[in-house]
Amino acid sequence: MTADPKGVLTGVHFLDGDHAACEGALAAGCRFVSGYPITPSTEVVERFAQRIPMVGGVFIQMEDELAASITMLGAVWGGKKVMTVTSGPGLSLMMEHLGLAYITEAPCVFIDVQRGGPSTGLPTLPAQADMMQVKWGSHGDYEIIALVPDSPQECFDLTIKAFNLAEQWRVPVFLMMDEVVGHMTERVVIPEASAIEITERRWTKKAPGEYRPFDACADGVPAMAKAGDGHRIHVTGLTHDERGWPALTPKSQDKLIRRLTNKIRDNADALADIREDQCEGADVIVVSYGITSRVASSAVLQARAQGLKVGHARLVVAWPFPTTRIAYLATQCRAMVVPELNLGQMVHEVSRAVAGKVPVRLVDHAGGTVHDPKVILDCILGAAR
Amino acid sequence: MASTGIRIGGLGGQGVILSGIILGKAASIFDGKNATLIQAFGPEARGSACSAQVTIADAPVAYPYVQNPDVLVVMSSDAYTQFIPTLKADGLLLYEEELVTPKDLPPGVKAYGIPATRIAEELGRRLVLNIVMVGFFAGVTGVVSLVAAEKALLSSVPKGTESLNLNAFRRGYEHGRSLVGAA
Repeated sequence: MTADPKGVLTGVHFLDGDHAACEGALAAGCRFVSGYPITPSTEVVERFAQRIPMVGGVFIQMEDELAASITMLGAVWGGKKVMTVTSGPGLSLMMEHLGLAYITEAPCVFIDVQRGGPSTGLPTLPAQADMMQVKWGSHGDYEIIALVPDSPQECFDLTIKAFNLAEQWRVPVFLMMDEVVGHMTERVVIPEASAIEITERRWTKKAPGEYRPFDACADGVPAMAKAGDGHRIHVTGLTHDERGWPALTPKSQDKLIRRLTNKIRDNADALADIREDQCEGADVIVVSYGITSRVASSAVLQARAQGLKVGHARLVVAWPFPTTRIAYLATQCRAMVVPELNLGQMVHEVSRAVAGKVPVRLVDHAGGTVHDPKVILDCILGAAR
Repeated sequence: MASTGIRIGGLGGQGVILSGIILGKAASIFDGKNATLIQAFGPEARGSACSAQVTIADAPVAYPYVQNPDVLVVMSSDAYTQFIPTLKADGLLLYEEELVTPKDLPPGVKAYGIPATRIAEELGRRLVLNIVMVGFFAGVTGVVSLVAAEKALLSSVPKGTESLNLNAFRRGYEHGRSLVGAA
């Protein structure tokens, strides 16, 4: 189906990433946001609060991030497409409800506009240091999807994609922005509603007596019941059976947790989205994501101007990590360079995929601004020798 | 491929960021170029140092920051002192001449001043000094076209203030044109 025109601000705009992400959510059909505003993500909820009365929906400013994330999950079962928005300190508090969202298969979108951490860190300055937290920060085995925009246009486009993936797989989907992308303003083209593909919630076609809320379809994803249609559901954070009732045995644990993780693991290759630029035949391949990819592309151009064969692979989907493709790229080059605004996070995934085939060099940065392109260039030059 | 890096500096409340938005919007929406705006401001809403960095280019902008601007626009003395060392050796300085005294100007730099606050006061509202500066920028540099700048301006200011802002823009524009000797 295509987007509801009520939420689509068709036109050519000059927007920052935060505002563009909000418009992406509205275009995707998000009609409920509970949030606790925090720099540098505040503009997302500020705009949503301003726009939603005209579109038809609800914004609630909660008393803290725990309340924001649990309220969002309530609205899922009430039938809405939902989102919450935060930054590092709030994300840490939301980890409990990330696990609950995952085990209850609540389709939802978390936007994290990353700033320098740990703790309150650098409120107004960028980092990319929550990349591992979203994958490993909640307890137990779980899988999420994380998308990483590098421009306001992608903040719009990928927020729509995040909602669509959340509905398709019934997992929490993260939009991993950073302060620079969030506050950077550029042209954003919002198409006609009829040109925006939207994934509808997977509603059950079964009659109330026959429906079991966690009985998965062939792709491992169960259908949901519309509140008020007469279906009986039970939703719990405990390990549960197909009826949703607690089933606290090793056997039911194995069945449930494998099904949940395999929804994503078995589809990791299909979910991968890597934008490759001159990677075939390159001596050095730079692997980057988010704002750092734009800084890196500046360094890549300078290296090519010096006659080097340098490829650039930009991760648009960071989780699930595109292991297969990165492993393949490692057979095509002599070295890989991974710049990121942290002291080494996604580089571990790159190294795992590369499995020692070629050297992997990290260009780290503690955050607060972006890399100087020259530092990335120097690493490329060193790797090419 | 042409690319112009612009740094606009002043105090919170002067409309520094809005000036950057109007220039970026003019270039990227109405002139068919690419523009990226980065903003920096302190925790205070008013009175703290505030600056915008705008890159206007024919090709898409990769690195979004302006390390060494081609054009520096300053509306406060502090902004001048802070950013003049970053201006390119043959760069262009545009300054609010009653708020900024360009001391120790590097020899290759061309500098043009305008009494933007006084002009804004003559028009009835000191608030539009940033729009005078935007007009001045367009008049001196030609980096954004007159038509695009006026369209961007009118789509960025509150309803009911269009003619005030347009007058402010045109006063700045004409002042700029006269200084560079254009007809």
